[in-house]
Amino acid sequence: MTPRRFLLTLAPVALAAMVLSGCAAGGAVDGGSEAEASDDALVVYNAQHEQLTEEWVAAFTEETGIEVVVRHGNDSELGNQLVEEGEASRADVFLTENSPAISLVENAGLLAPVDQATLDLVPEEYRPSSGLWTGIAARSTVFVYNPELLDESELPASILDLADASWKGRWGGAPGGADFQAIVSAIVELTGADAAADWLAGMKSNATIYQNNIATMKAVNAGEVPGGVIYHYYWYRDQDGTEENSANTELHYFGNQDPGAFVSVSGGGVLKSSAHKEEAQQFLAFLAGVQGQTILGEGYSFEYPVIGDVPAKPPLPALDTLDAPAVDPSTLNGPEVIDLMTEAGLL
Amino acid sequence: MTGDGRTPSATLLALVAVLAVAMLVPVGYVVATAVEIGWAELAPLIFRPRVGELLVNTVLLLVLGVPATIVLGVGGAWLVERTDLPGRRFFAVLLVAPLAIPAFVSSYGWASAIPSINGLAGGLLVATLAYSPLVYLPALATLRGLDPALEESARSLGQSSWAVFGRVILPQLRLAILGGGLVVALHLLAEYGAFAFIRFDTFTTAIVVAYQSTFAGSSAAALGVVLATLCLVLLVIEAGARGRARYARVGTGSPHPAVPARLGRATPLAIAALVVLGAAATVVPLVNVVRWLAASDPSAFEAMPAAIVQTVLLATGGAVGALLVALPVGWLSARFPGRLSRSLEAPYYVASSLPAIIVALALVTVTLRFVPALYQTAATVMAAYVVIFLPRALVSLRAGIAQVPESLEEAARSLGSAPIVARLRVTAPLLLPAVAAGGALVALGAANELTATLLLAPTGTRTLATQFWSAASAIDYPGAAPYALLLILLSVPAVALMFAQTRGGRAR
Repeated sequence: MTPRRFLLTLAPVALAAMVLSGCAAGGAVDGGSEAEASDDALVVYNAQHEQLTEEWVAAFTEETGIEVVVRHGNDSELGNQLVEEGEASRADVFLTENSPAISLVENAGLLAPVDQATLDLVPEEYRPSSGLWTGIAARSTVFVYNPELLDESELPASILDLADASWKGRWGGAPGGADFQAIVSAIVELTGADAAADWLAGMKSNATIYQNNIATMKAVNAGEVPGGVIYHYYWYRDQDGTEENSANTELHYFGNQDPGAFVSVSGGGVLKSSAHKEEAQQFLAFLAGVQGQTILGEGYSFEYPVIGDVPAKPPLPALDTLDAPAVDPSTLNGPEVIDLMTEAGLL
Repeated sequence: MTGDGRTPSATLLALVAVLAVAMLVPVGYVVATAVEIGWAELAPLIFRPRVGELLVNTVLLLVLGVPATIVLGVGGAWLVERTDLPGRRFFAVLLVAPLAIPAFVSSYGWASAIPSINGLAGGLLVATLAYSPLVYLPALATLRGLDPALEESARSLGQSSWAVFGRVILPQLRLAILGGGLVVALHLLAEYGAFAFIRFDTFTTAIVVAYQSTFAGSSAAALGVVLATLCLVLLVIEAGARGRARYARVGTGSPHPAVPARLGRATPLAIAALVVLGAAATVVPLVNVVRWLAASDPSAFEAMPAAIVQTVLLATGGAVGALLVALPVGWLSARFPGRLSRSLEAPYYVASSLPAIIVALALVTVTLRFVPALYQTAATVMAAYVVIFLPRALVSLRAGIAQVPESLEEAARSLGSAPIVARLRVTAPLLLPAVAAGGALVALGAANELTATLLLAPTGTRTLATQFWSAASAIDYPGAAPYALLLILLSVPAVALMFAQTRGGRAR
């Protein structure tokens, strides 16, 4: 066989080999991360902010040697996904930004009871009475505004005022995000579904729609819109950093147990179908324990720790001074809120 | 000659048909969901004001965006190919350069240059700049292949330059314009990242939001039904407009190079237009990527190696898969052209004209329900890439197969080789360039893919595109910059390849 002939024969073989190795390489992605995920590693479905969870995971793995694989997503997306996956889910732990999504999973009967020792760490107002999940962080609703465009005397006394025609074109929000949906669920809980539907109709005609809280704050800062509804910590985080997106803005706390003073609880729970229940409980205990809450409280996030022993990061006003309305986190309902928002044309 | 009087083997036909059915899974999903949800529930989800708003946005985007890309693409191609414009070679490359910048990266560049950019105007700006090369490339290739004799005849009959352009050149560009326009339109319908950035709502962005609110719920599905219908309507319109006219030269003789049109006093204007276009489409995104790159801290690079490895593996798997699926149907249509192969080929194109988000929703639902073992695996991500990017492999392979003279294979067989050996020894090596080109184009698309990857990827997967998106949507511009740059660098070779293919048109 001449060398040239040999090469010509070899080429298709090489091609076939390439194809096969390509498939094998493709399989390796699967085999790699998934093998870890299905065997030893704890699988966390995470809707909390990525950076915070990454910090938690790094500290937890260092402390216990337990590997953790994180799937990032949005509250409702991951909540609905868990319901859809049911018993077949590979998730061990579910962490949310807000409580409605984890209530959804709880109502589908997919959560295992949280260890009593973990529950005992967290004050009752920051966890559901069922004990099927626990609060791991808290965040307060605020109205961010641009003092050049909005005088202090013009600030809304209640978040409900924002549905008024006088606010047309003068505020912004991010209804696509779970953060905002949790606020709406508090409004539903405190005022009833009909009033909430009216409020949402007002929002539809008044508000400028942004992609998320940061985009809303950035727009207020840039003077595109005088004010916006966000959670407190985006503002503190930016103030602590470059102030690039908040230098021209101030925060207005509604207080007075107004629906707009709602404090949203981030939830953490263990899946009933988990193959690593013990490690999963251990992870949750770590998050709600002093070490996990300190990472939260001192870290970059500026969210509120929910256990009494760990103070909020200065200059945050203390959580118990915010005069938030009393809402049982387990009564907050995601699907109903999504339906209302869909009807209002916001989704 | 190809396949005259012969029929394809039953095995080949069966294989092509089975794969076609597999490719139609997303279409089946749309129909099945519509049926399963039922009209009673679907109707209020479709006929509501929000869908009306989305329809207006999406249709305006198409009606204004597609003609804009055609004007820019055809105008640019004509200037660099048929005029005496100074620096034509430079501008020829400049006009294709935006293709190396994923639309969502371009949008990120514009959003950091003009933070208040939003709505239809912003969407049109970003999309037109990003997608006009999709018309420019086919227009350029066609112009190169055009016989200038027709234009000269027209001119000798006293027609002005404008009249020649309008009456002679433009009609011959019809296929390129329709084809390029269709590709642009399908991209506009499917684009998510670029529009999400600048607050412009289309069906696709709304489906992603609905998915995030309800996972694969009925609201996302209802929007998907409308979007899929829009795509199919576009396909039908394009097929109808294509007509049956002939565009090839008839008769003997060879074309000679065209005499470039004199731009004269319009020269500075043309240069200024191309400079502005190039700056808007290429310089603005690049400058902002580099600006944020300078501001990014080392931690932004930490996750990069893993993201590169996973992106390469997934994209390679997708490319190999697409080539394997494309081979039988490409073989059929190149070797046995006719009505049968055309109708068997059609499903492949229909399937891949659906936006990635619908393919992804379909695969989420289908794997969860029927093959849970494949749910959230790399295999499913690659399957999505195959469906979405198949035409890139198919077009390249088909052209490659058609160019291999069958007589070589026959000669080998007459010398005693078995048919399969002749095919492997003679035809396969000659196909390698086409395989490489098709594979590269699929891999490029896959590396830049966002929505399907977000929905389908295994837990812990981080591709360059999803890493970029996660940082950029948190307004962490410096954190996103390294990924933006890498996505651009990765795209350059594939764009160069496409450009080289276009230039090859002159040789033939």
